[in-house]
Amino acid sequence: MAPLVSIQGLNVAFGGVPVLRGVDLALGKGEALGLVGESGSGKSVTWLAALGLLPRHAKVTGSVRLDGRELLGAPASELDEVRGGRVAMIFQDPASALNPVLTIRKQLCETLALHRDLSGEAVKAEALRLLNLVGIPDAVRRLSAYPHEFSGGQVQRIMIAMALAGNPDVLIADEPTTALDATIQAQILELLSTIRREMNMAMVLISHDLGVVAENCDRVAVMYAGRIVEQAPASQLFADPMHPYAQGLIGALPPLDGPRRRLTAIPGTVPDPAHLPDGCAFAPRCPLAAEPCRLAVPGLAVIADDRAVACVRAEASRRALLGIAAE
Amino acid sequence: MGRYFAIRIGRAVLTIVLVVTFAFVVLRLSGDPALMILGPEAPPEVLAAFRKAWGLDDPIWFQYLDYFGAIAKGELGRSMRDGRPAIQLVLERIPATLALTLPAFVFKVALGIPAGIYAALHRGSGIDRAVMMTAVAGFTVPSFVLALVLVLVFAVQLGWLPSGGQDSWRHAILPIATLSLGGAAVLARFTRSAMLEVLGQPYIRTASAKGVPWRKVVTSHALPNAAIPTVTILGFMVGSLIAGAVVVESVFSWPGVGRLLVVAVANRDLAVVQCILLLVALTMVTSNLIVDFLYGFLDPRLRAKGAHA
Repeated sequence: MAPLVSIQGLNVAFGGVPVLRGVDLALGKGEALGLVGESGSGKSVTWLAALGLLPRHAKVTGSVRLDGRELLGAPASELDEVRGGRVAMIFQDPASALNPVLTIRKQLCETLALHRDLSGEAVKAEALRLLNLVGIPDAVRRLSAYPHEFSGGQVQRIMIAMALAGNPDVLIADEPTTALDATIQAQILELLSTIRREMNMAMVLISHDLGVVAENCDRVAVMYAGRIVEQAPASQLFADPMHPYAQGLIGALPPLDGPRRRLTAIPGTVPDPAHLPDGCAFAPRCPLAAEPCRLAVPGLAVIADDRAVACVRAEASRRALLGIAAE
Repeated sequence: MGRYFAIRIGRAVLTIVLVVTFAFVVLRLSGDPALMILGPEAPPEVLAAFRKAWGLDDPIWFQYLDYFGAIAKGELGRSMRDGRPAIQLVLERIPATLALTLPAFVFKVALGIPAGIYAALHRGSGIDRAVMMTAVAGFTVPSFVLALVLVLVFAVQLGWLPSGGQDSWRHAILPIATLSLGGAAVLARFTRSAMLEVLGQPYIRTASAKGVPWRKVVTSHALPNAAIPTVTILGFMVGSLIAGAVVVESVFSWPGVGRLLVVAVANRDLAVVQCILLLVALTMVTSNLIVDFLYGFLDPRLRAKGAHA
């Protein structure tokens, strides 16, 4: 089955400094895809670039197709139909993501008017339905309130309602819970999962929190320094990570059950995109790095159904992991 | 809401009292009106009689209380030069000043705000750089220099327009141009930076991500937010409609309030100077109050703060 969204060879550079280096990613209908990696690895930039939301000085090349239709370089009017209509996006800091001088009604109804054939009372009725759906109490009265009159969690719920307003096929959730406290985080993620199932909508969950991704996604792509280094079904990635970077990320998580073990940390820091090392960008931090790693950038190789990894030492690293587990 | 404005009105009254007091003290410390008006050769008994007639030999605190008492009764004193009520002298001059400052205000807004918005939307383009260079020039060149340059070019060299006086509408062109150019430059800079600030906010990206066409993102999402800082500078400009043309009126010998002020200060014509300053303080404070009301209207966050304060 052809994927709903297909990203191929996506490159993005800011002022000559490449921040995305050939990202290939596919998203199926109704699928929940997690995108993980450290800050600056290019998770958000991938989707901002796909939707044409980067500032004008960003240089974007490659291909992003939605149902086979190319989005990169598409005319503004076409993109405006896609954005909010077929692909909606919610952002990290809900407090600054809503316009402070416009009422919730104005901001919500704007999306409804743009993407749905509704008018007059129907718009208001639909706005109320959406606010009820995302769990805003007393929606009738609160439609005329301004963003600052809501709490952070409520604003994120309103953002979700706005994103759903266009009946999108895909929801990109860019660190939707990072700015919220832990109990609110869980509620928002629960809400997103429920809505996704009910609306049969695909979702991309961008996060640096592996736990969040593990619980909410079918498939996970791990990004490092502007590339995808591993892709796998969520359960397999957590049970059997192949890329040393993915192993490092998972090793840094405390296990929920089983014997307690010492948490590991990945040594070093994310490389500066302007001065990436030759060969594999992770090699300087990699415990298994060998001579070939420094010679060429490893491509993303399919190694099993649904699994791909960009590492020449993948086999060695897998053996090492199993060896450690056997001890 | 009520409290928000009550505090501001109280502050406005206090500002006026401070301005009037300051003007009163400084004027009395800076020279003797009797000497200024009658001349240093006047006999001592004439000077003494003049001082007695105008109450200048009373203790300063007595003069101060007397002055406030008179203002409370609506009496603003008489000119020491020709004995007419000061307020009458000032009111006579206001139409001439407004004939310059009102059209200049319209031109400033009509030129400066669109130029600033355009420059912000095309940041880094040739037009942006041209607008900003013009604005910096208009911002930094003092108005008397600009006035003299305009006179040199359009009156002396080209001979198209008169260099001073108030005989026809043609006499108003150069003074209005001088006032407009400087003000438009200030407005263009303010509007541009306000717009740039707003365009970088996450809610602008949200609007684009919803599929709002760019033109509408600018008009219904960016402009209402950028209006908030711009209104501040507009308020200042409205406040200086009465006395914002002192330099320009002097250069072009335009008989407005500004010229009256210059002459009255030089002569230590106390009542006239105080009357003008009171008027300036009133217009400034009123326009600031209007700006505060507009803030409450433009920014719902301020309305809430006022209600809870």
